[in-house]
Amino acid sequence: MTNITSAARLMWEALREIFDENAYARFLRSHRLEDSRESYRHYLRESDATRERRPRCC
Amino acid sequence: MKTTRILVWSAIAVLGALSLATIALRRGESINAMWLVTAALCSYALGYRFYSKFVAARVLALDALRATPAERLDNGRDFVPTNKWVVFGHHFAAIAGPGPLVGPVLAAQFGYLPGTIWIIAGAVLGGCVQDFVILLFSVRRDGKSLTEMARDEIGRVGGAVAFLAVMSIIVILLGAVSLIVVNALKGSPWGTFTIAATMPIAVLMGVYLRHLRPGKVLEASALGFVLVLAAIWGGQWVAHSPYAAWFTFSAPVLAIAVIVYGFAASALPVWLLLAPRDYLSTFVKLGTIAILAIGIVALRPTLHMPPLTRFIDGTGPVFAGTIFPFAFITIACGAISGFHSLIASGTTPKLVQRESETRMVGYGAMMAESFVGVMAVIAACVLDPGVYFAVNSPAGIVGATPAQAVGTITAWGFPVTADHMAGLARAVGEDTLFNRTGGAPAFAVGMAQIFSHSLGGQAMMGIWYHFAIMFEALFILTVLDAGTRVGRFMLQDGLGHVWAPLGRTSWYPSIVATSALIVALWGYFLWNGVKDPLGGINTVWPLFGIANQLLATVALCVATTIVIKCGRTKYAWVTLAPLCWLVTVTFSAAYQKIFSANPRVGFLAHAQLLASQVVPPANAAETARLIFNDRVNAAVAGILVVLVIMVLAESLIEWFRVLSGRKRAHISETPYVRSRYAEGQ
Repeated sequence: MTNITSAARLMWEALREIFDENAYARFLRSHRLEDSRESYRHYLRESDATRERRPRCC
Repeated sequence: MKTTRILVWSAIAVLGALSLATIALRRGESINAMWLVTAALCSYALGYRFYSKFVAARVLALDALRATPAERLDNGRDFVPTNKWVVFGHHFAAIAGPGPLVGPVLAAQFGYLPGTIWIIAGAVLGGCVQDFVILLFSVRRDGKSLTEMARDEIGRVGGAVAFLAVMSIIVILLGAVSLIVVNALKGSPWGTFTIAATMPIAVLMGVYLRHLRPGKVLEASALGFVLVLAAIWGGQWVAHSPYAAWFTFSAPVLAIAVIVYGFAASALPVWLLLAPRDYLSTFVKLGTIAILAIGIVALRPTLHMPPLTRFIDGTGPVFAGTIFPFAFITIACGAISGFHSLIASGTTPKLVQRESETRMVGYGAMMAESFVGVMAVIAACVLDPGVYFAVNSPAGIVGATPAQAVGTITAWGFPVTADHMAGLARAVGEDTLFNRTGGAPAFAVGMAQIFSHSLGGQAMMGIWYHFAIMFEALFILTVLDAGTRVGRFMLQDGLGHVWAPLGRTSWYPSIVATSALIVALWGYFLWNGVKDPLGGINTVWPLFGIANQLLATVALCVATTIVIKCGRTKYAWVTLAPLCWLVTVTFSAAYQKIFSANPRVGFLAHAQLLASQVVPPANAAETARLIFNDRVNAAVAGILVVLVIMVLAESLIEWFRVLSGRKRAHISETPYVRSRYAEGQ
């Protein structure tokens, strides 16, 4: 049961990383901010510059 | 315990050999798709357990105690030590695109055998090795890009060639994939409605994320997915309503729409369209790949395509050219793809927590992508060969009417009837499935056929077909938008050296001018593909394959140079062998595309044939345009070969100087720092 729980948790963490939810959580921690619309806009401003230079693979 | 391990691995080796022998030697009877799945899984298991371990230990000397940039430079933003499974998922999601689905479907014209063997062997011995070594070398250089590593390790020419290779692959890739979308959507109101609906859905997701539920990306993606499913469901109603005319377009009109879309989308804010559609595309991609794998294993479909077809002689209708070299450039993603080296030297190296994990992430994720390629072979080969060729062959080859097409294809030895094709088109909700070149529709029909044996039966075929079309088009539109932006930035970086304002990425005239230039470049390939009487894929896809393998050549030159400079010359064959193979393939393919006397293969021969024909005055301008295009395509193939020669020559000189002692081997690795994980901190 523990193995299944940890596998499910790992998969959930992978999904959160792929979908940038972890990146946003790290951003909040590093900037000591609360989750809010303004914080997310701030995060988008910082991350979009990197994101739009990232090619998508064929 | 050791005996058990030996027995288990021996059993896997025997099972893999048996499966490979079955798919290679069986003639004259259908085989089950599970033989391909078993052959692939056993080969990956053996390749990972033994070959990648050998590469990790002997060639790369992975050091789990050496701190990675994610640890040393941890800033909680770009550099973040991340769990290896999470990095694996992230890397796989980044490398898997439409390529491993399209290439294997096109190459299925040779039969299921060549594509399957190349996908498995190419990945285990080439593609996985390339991704693994480039990832590790980037990790040891603080996450430097391929272009930077080429400049540092090979020289300035290597760096410049890498830059040009990236630009050319982006342009040709965008031309090729946009052609696939156009061919899949022409005359299809259901498909066009579904794809059109994904744009407002993505914008809605962007607004939802920014204004309603900030940061809840998984939630927004799940919501977007439900809306996309509703759009697919609603598409069948639109297709049978008076509104169908609003969504029914010819290929040239769709091409113009895609070009305008590419230009407009690349100028919109990232958060509004690109980012949410990227999330949606990833959500659909991961789900569909998992469903397809489960479906194939659960339903165990039978392959109807023979192992080898008569078209290995180069007369294939899908694309012209003999099995060597064209099977090996048609399937790039899935076997070995130079584009992966951009990802392996991009975000991923900044997330790797321990050096030893690069093996699982680099080598392992490529194995997963290769398996996607095997699934695409299966989806294409479950179709009756007659159906496969009817869907994938251009009107210029098989004839413009159903009667002509089925007559030609049946005469090749692949029986198919117009009634059967009409019934199949009705089942998937289309007016016709003839001449839908590009691979995506054939993949979609195959996927629909596999699933029609279980979930919802025949009644659901239309939904499955349009789900598959939506899934591929969603990938492609994201690639189009992101590729146009990346190309624009590269162009701005370059032009900034000529005139500083052009390099300012926020200066609007520069954005408009460089976006227009990039769109015009890929739009050229798209437009000519649409107007090409042979379907376009015959021209564009081989050029894309050559460009992609050029980038792989640059990556493997960088890798071999570093291996030699590290004093491990006796193991340089690990990267040198795939490099030699790629150079042989790229040179042969480019030579044939330029100089072959067969007008279906050689650009110059085709131009000469057109020039020698007497054409009515009304067609003179069109003929002149086709001749001009052939010459441009020949020039593009020639330039790609010259780039390969340049990077090879500079690499060979560097290797000679290092090996002969004329130059002290200097590598630009960051200094060794012991990992704090080593002390259990």
